[in-house]
Amino acid sequence: MSNGTPSSAGAPRRRVLDAVTGSLSRRYASERRFRLLGRIAVLSGLVFVGSLFLSIILNGYSGFFQTYVKLPVAFEQEALDPEGKRDRAALATADYGALVKKSLQAAFPDVSGRSELRELYGLVSSGAEYQLLDMVEADPSVIGTTRDVWLITSDDFDMVYKGRIDRDVPESDRRVSDRVLGWLDALEKQGAIETRFNWSFFTNGDSREPELAGIGGAVMGSFYTLLVCLVIAFPIGVAAAVYLEEFAPKNRLTDLIEVNINNLAAVPSIVFGLLGLAVLINFFGMPRSAPVVGGLVLALMVLPTIIIAGRASLKSVPPSIREAALGVGASKMQTVFHHVLPLAMPGMMTGMIIGMAHALGETAPLLMIGMVAFVVDVPRGFFDPSTLLPVQIYLWADSPERAFVEKTAAAIIVLLAFLITMNALAVFLRRRFERRW
Amino acid sequence: MSTPLLIAVLLALTAAAYVLGRRRSVAESGGVGGVRHLHSLPSYYGSYAALWCLIPALLVLAVWTAFQSTIVTELVVKQLPQDVQQLGADRLGLVLNDVRNLAGGNVVSREVTPELRAAADHLRSLERTSAAAMAVAVLSLGIIGGGLAWRQISPRLRARNRVEAIVSVLLITASTIAIFTTIGIVLSVLFESIRFFRSVPLTDFLFGLDWSPQMALRADQVGSSGAFGAVPLFAGTLLISGIAMLVAVPIGLMSAIYLSEYANREFRAVAKPVLEILAGIPTVVYGFFAALTVAPLVRDAGGFFGLDVASESALAAGLVMGIMIIPFVSSLSDDVINAVPQSMRDAAYALGATPSETVRQVILPAALPGIVGSILLAVSRAIGETMIVVMAAGLSAKLTANPLDSVTTVTVQIVTLLVGDQEFDSPKTLAAFALGLVLFVATLGLNVIALHVVRKYREQYE
Repeated sequence: MSNGTPSSAGAPRRRVLDAVTGSLSRRYASERRFRLLGRIAVLSGLVFVGSLFLSIILNGYSGFFQTYVKLPVAFEQEALDPEGKRDRAALATADYGALVKKSLQAAFPDVSGRSELRELYGLVSSGAEYQLLDMVEADPSVIGTTRDVWLITSDDFDMVYKGRIDRDVPESDRRVSDRVLGWLDALEKQGAIETRFNWSFFTNGDSREPELAGIGGAVMGSFYTLLVCLVIAFPIGVAAAVYLEEFAPKNRLTDLIEVNINNLAAVPSIVFGLLGLAVLINFFGMPRSAPVVGGLVLALMVLPTIIIAGRASLKSVPPSIREAALGVGASKMQTVFHHVLPLAMPGMMTGMIIGMAHALGETAPLLMIGMVAFVVDVPRGFFDPSTLLPVQIYLWADSPERAFVEKTAAAIIVLLAFLITMNALAVFLRRRFERRW
Repeated sequence: MSTPLLIAVLLALTAAAYVLGRRRSVAESGGVGGVRHLHSLPSYYGSYAALWCLIPALLVLAVWTAFQSTIVTELVVKQLPQDVQQLGADRLGLVLNDVRNLAGGNVVSREVTPELRAAADHLRSLERTSAAAMAVAVLSLGIIGGGLAWRQISPRLRARNRVEAIVSVLLITASTIAIFTTIGIVLSVLFESIRFFRSVPLTDFLFGLDWSPQMALRADQVGSSGAFGAVPLFAGTLLISGIAMLVAVPIGLMSAIYLSEYANREFRAVAKPVLEILAGIPTVVYGFFAALTVAPLVRDAGGFFGLDVASESALAAGLVMGIMIIPFVSSLSDDVINAVPQSMRDAAYALGATPSETVRQVILPAALPGIVGSILLAVSRAIGETMIVVMAAGLSAKLTANPLDSVTTVTVQIVTLLVGDQEFDSPKTLAAFALGLVLFVATLGLNVIALHVVRKYREQYE
């Protein structure tokens, strides 16, 4: 800038130099401000990621555990099997709820009055009677004896024990009365309360009772749906990518297809749900809430992603491969299917896995095709009514019970675990098979 | 025969056709030594027979399954008593549901009359006949197709060319599916919207200020017409998307600039993938986060300053949506910023500019079209986003610009109108399709504009 050669116009030039040096501190300050802003932006992004995960994990880890209470249960002969025939059908219809109630009363003999008794019975989940039924069916010889049984507690009890319901809140604002807290403390002193890992959370279907609800049905529903999606979207996606990249002549139709694919990739997912509702369900009369319909809709939704990824990976195969194959007399089709496609396959698989991960987390279009139904049974086929993992999360998030909050967050942890695994697999494939030409 | 079993048998037939076709080609050429007399490799003859076995049969199978239930239902309705047939579409649907439940052995909601029983038996026998006929048709078509192709096989048959022709037809079909999807979306949304606009005038929908789609159950009930003015929904959508963009654009753009211009390689290698995690998180998770964590936080913060914040405030939904969109803005802007050639930076530095001056006066102007395009794409993403607003925004259609109030959006209303029981001829259900049409047109328009901006104003370097 200033070269220091003396000249007649020395005075004004010194003024320029002064202006430059004089403004330096201001410019450096603005430089520091800009850099600080950038740092704040990145950090706030990282903080968002952190707080999202933290909030989910803190809310959800306790959802994988369930509180049990140990009670002596008298399997009375006259209540269960008065005729003493051990007939399976008769045993299955006996009143096991009464057994649970009696053992609760025996544990707290001084409780009386209708509302107090109802509160006492509310300690134990309505699923406890099925526990007893299972015990009797597994081993009928327990009838007539008294055994200590670990029974599933109700959601309120579970929440108090896990500290999710604040004991310091005045009783009138609390879901659980002081009486119940007293019983809990008494049981805890006896060592009759225990928290166990909740395996049934992974195998059960949905339930109105948070302590019995599980994601088994939702995971199976997601599995069937993704299978349909994969079987439809992958071959079509690969075929379309191969045609557009390797064979398509440059004409109006090809341009139209390309513009279409790019636009479809940006269409909101809920619009695909409208398509599924109007065409698949109303026009073709396919069943609502079925994995096959969900899979079709999701396949149409992820198809653009798969095609775009597939074309990118075909494009990265160098032309020399094609020329060499053509040079030794392969037909165009043989060149593509024997040489180019195998080399592009890792990239296509990566794109497909990312597309599947996207489909696994998608919720909105599935709401349109009736997959929000309350489904208790674990689906066993492609046409059974079923719910999916993200839809299950949505349904539970809407439920008023406090205990569903931790179940929702726990289900989200499972969903995120699936997604992280799939993305890690995609990254692994890319690292392992990616070739630089 | 169940459909999966049928498909399995068909696949077995196809495999058999392949083996037989291949063997015949070798035999026709006069043993293994004569293979060189064949026009194509033996496997092409096998594939030729296999494709002819599989494709026609699969087509028939697809068409049959698609139309079976409609036709069977039609036939059952024909057989129902005259007075039942005269019922309206919705009542008839209920009767049919009962018939289906009775046939499937489920609980039936009404008394089982002999007519109902007869209809259920009829339905079951029709379904059984249809399944059997389908199995026979599909399998015999497979055998005939494979057999005809097999008989054609001779050393002079140009099998490779024929197989390649079939494959190229399949490839073209696969790539036109994108077009058919678009056509399907447009037609399905458009048809239902036209039906909707027959009962509600277009101008009332687009410019009406009152949205209360709750239709009465009985026609003579007071206020049974419902109001379908969508302006409050558009305003709510714009409000929430606007808040989201206020969060996402500064943070996304500044982090893209910082990561590409300032950060050292190690920090970039960590921070960029972590930020991109945000793009991979399902929106239902964001919705839960918004409803459980952010909304109470916003309400408490508002209470601290003495403001009255609705529990489902637009601010909470918009904030979380902004977080979701950050990676879209940042990774797209990152790409355009990196596309600005290094020589321009070097030139600016050589003139004595500080890094921030280089960014503001050289890089950003050069990258502007790309950045504008990425912001437009992010806006279209925000408008179409569903789960966050369904879970964290309200249902009441208020025309307000107050971010602390509860507003509703187009996508929320589509979900509310279509989830649950619906009858397909009420304006309430059809309104969802009209909203879907608006959504589709708006996002499509934004995308087209974004691509146009990028293409038209992009500076070509080198």
